[in-house]
Amino acid sequence: MDTTATIKKQKGIENFFHTMFLIFGLFSIAFVLFITIFLVISGVPAITKIGFFKFIFGTKWASTASNPSFGILPFILTSVYGTCGALLVSVPVGIFCAAYLAKMAPGPVAAVVREAVDLLAGIPSVVYGLFGMIIIVPGVRKLFNLPDGANLFSATVVLAIMVLPSIISESETALRAVPKEYEEGSLALGATYTETIFKVTLPAARSGVLTSVILGTGRAIGEAMAVMMVAGNVANMPGIFRSVRFLTTAVASEMSYSSGLQRQALFSIALVLFFFIILINVVLRKLTSKGEVK
Amino acid sequence: MDAAGTADLIITAKEKISVKRRVKGAVLRGLMYFAAALTTVLLAAIIGYIFYRGVPYVTWNLLSTKPSLLDDNVGILPNILNTLYIIVIALVFALPIGIGTAVYLNEYATNKKLVRIIELATETLSGIPSIIYGLAGMLIFVQALNFGTSILAGALTLAVMTLPIIIRTTQEALKTVPDSYREGALALGSGRWHMVRTVVLPCAMDGIVTGIILSIGRIVGESAALLYTAGMANEILNPVKAVTPGNPGATLTVSLYMYAKERGQFNVAFAIAVILLLITFVINVSAKAAARKLRK
Repeated sequence: MDTTATIKKQKGIENFFHTMFLIFGLFSIAFVLFITIFLVISGVPAITKIGFFKFIFGTKWASTASNPSFGILPFILTSVYGTCGALLVSVPVGIFCAAYLAKMAPGPVAAVVREAVDLLAGIPSVVYGLFGMIIIVPGVRKLFNLPDGANLFSATVVLAIMVLPSIISESETALRAVPKEYEEGSLALGATYTETIFKVTLPAARSGVLTSVILGTGRAIGEAMAVMMVAGNVANMPGIFRSVRFLTTAVASEMSYSSGLQRQALFSIALVLFFFIILINVVLRKLTSKGEVK
Repeated sequence: MDAAGTADLIITAKEKISVKRRVKGAVLRGLMYFAAALTTVLLAAIIGYIFYRGVPYVTWNLLSTKPSLLDDNVGILPNILNTLYIIVIALVFALPIGIGTAVYLNEYATNKKLVRIIELATETLSGIPSIIYGLAGMLIFVQALNFGTSILAGALTLAVMTLPIIIRTTQEALKTVPDSYREGALALGSGRWHMVRTVVLPCAMDGIVTGIILSIGRIVGESAALLYTAGMANEILNPVKAVTPGNPGATLTVSLYMYAKERGQFNVAFAIAVILLLITFVINVSAKAAARKLRK
C-alpha cells in the first residue's frame, strides 16, 4: 500500500519533469516562429503597398521627402559589396593564418596567436566602430585624398577585421581534423611539408573551410553598429568611396524617428535581411551535414 | 606536433627539390607567417591604441557618478548598473530554458524528428543578427507585451539571443558524462529526474559555467539589439525599477555608441572601450579556464 503510493508519487514527479523539459525544449521553436511571424506581419504591408519590384529594385531611397520613394537596391548592393570586399581580404589572410596555427606554429607561438584571435572575436562591435571612426576613417581620407573618409571602403576594412577571427578559428578546427595519414602519405610520396599543407590538407578540409567562410558572410552581412559608425550613412548607390548605408544600418538609423509607411518600410528591409540570413543558414546546414556524412 | 620530425625530413630531401618548388614553398610559408603576424599586430594595435587613448580618462569620478548637464559631469555608473541588470535578468530567463532544452535533447527525447527540429531552431537562433533581434524584441516585448522601452524588454531580447549558446555548451557537457554513470544510477532504482539531478547535471556543471561566461560576454558586447529595446537613458535605477516595465537604460556599449557617434565625446567613449576590453579579456580567460576544467 505504502510502496505503491510512493511509486505513484514518483511516477508523477517523473512525468512532471519530463513535461517541463519538453516545454523548455519547445521554447526555441516558439521563439523562431514568433520572430518570423512578427517580422513577416510587420514587413509585408509596406512591400505590397510600394510594390515588390519597386521596393527591391528601386534605386532611390528618400523616405522623408515630400514625394517619398522607397527603393532598397542601394542597401542590398552595399551589403553585398561590403561583405564580398571584406571576405576578399579576410578569407586568404584567415586561411593562411589558420594553416600556420594548425600546421606550422610552435606551441607557445600558436598559443599567443590563438589568444589574439579569440580576443579579436570577443571585442564588442562598438569598439571596432570607435577604432574605425578615429583611425580608419581619417586614414582613408588622407590616404586617398578624399573630403570624407566615412565610406564603403572604410566599412569594408572594419568588416574584414571583424570576420577574420571566425574564419581563422573555424578553418583551424577543420585543418586539424584532417587525418594524419593523408599528410604522411603525401610526405612519403616526396612532397614537401608546405606542399602537403596546401595540396593535401587544405583540399581535404575544404568543407570546413567553406563553412568558416559562410559563417563569416553571416557575421558581415548582419553587422550593424560598427558599420553605422564608419560608413557615412547616406542612402547612395554603392561606390567604393561613397558614403553608403547597409541593410542593417538602413534599419537602425531611421528607426528612432520613423512613422507610417516609412516605419513599415524599415521592417520590410529587416525582412529582406532576415531572408538573406535564412538563405545563409540553409547553405550552412547543407555544408555541415555533408561534412558529417564524410 | 610532429613538425620537428618533418623538418628533418625536409632538410635531408632538400637537395632533390627543384628551385621552383623551393621558391613556391618559401612564398607560401612567408604568406602564412605574414597572415599570422598581421592578425596579432592588428589586435595589438587596436588594444594598444584604445588603452593609450582611454586609460587616462578611466577615473573614479567617471565610474561612480551619473552624467549631469548642470554640473558638466560625465559618469557611467548608470550604464555599468544597467549592464549588470541586463546580464542578471537575461540569465535568469535563459539559463533554465537553455539547460532544460539541453537536458531534454540529451536525456529525455526519444523522437528523433522533434530533436532535429529543436536543433534546427537553435541553429537558426544563433545565426540571426543582433539588429534583427533588436527589431523583433521591439515588436514583441516593447510593443506587443507592452513593456515599453525598458531594461526588462532589452534583457528578455538578449535572453532569447543567448539561449543557443547555453543550449550548445550544456549539451556538449552532457555528452561528456559517461553512459555508465547513468546506467549505474538507473540500475540502483533511481528515476530519470533523480538521475539527471544528482548524477548528470553535477558532472556537467563546468560546461554550464562555460555557457554562462560566454553568454555574459555576448551580453556585455551587445549593442544593436538593445538600442530600440532597452533604450538610451542614463539614470541610475534601483534593482526593483530595473525589472519593472517602462524603465529604459543604456548599457556600456550603447553609451559608448552615444558618446562617440551622437555627442562626439571621444575621451569618454575610449574610456568605456577600455572597460569593455578588460571585461572581454577576463571573460576569455575564465571561459578558457572553465573549458580546460571540463576537458579533465
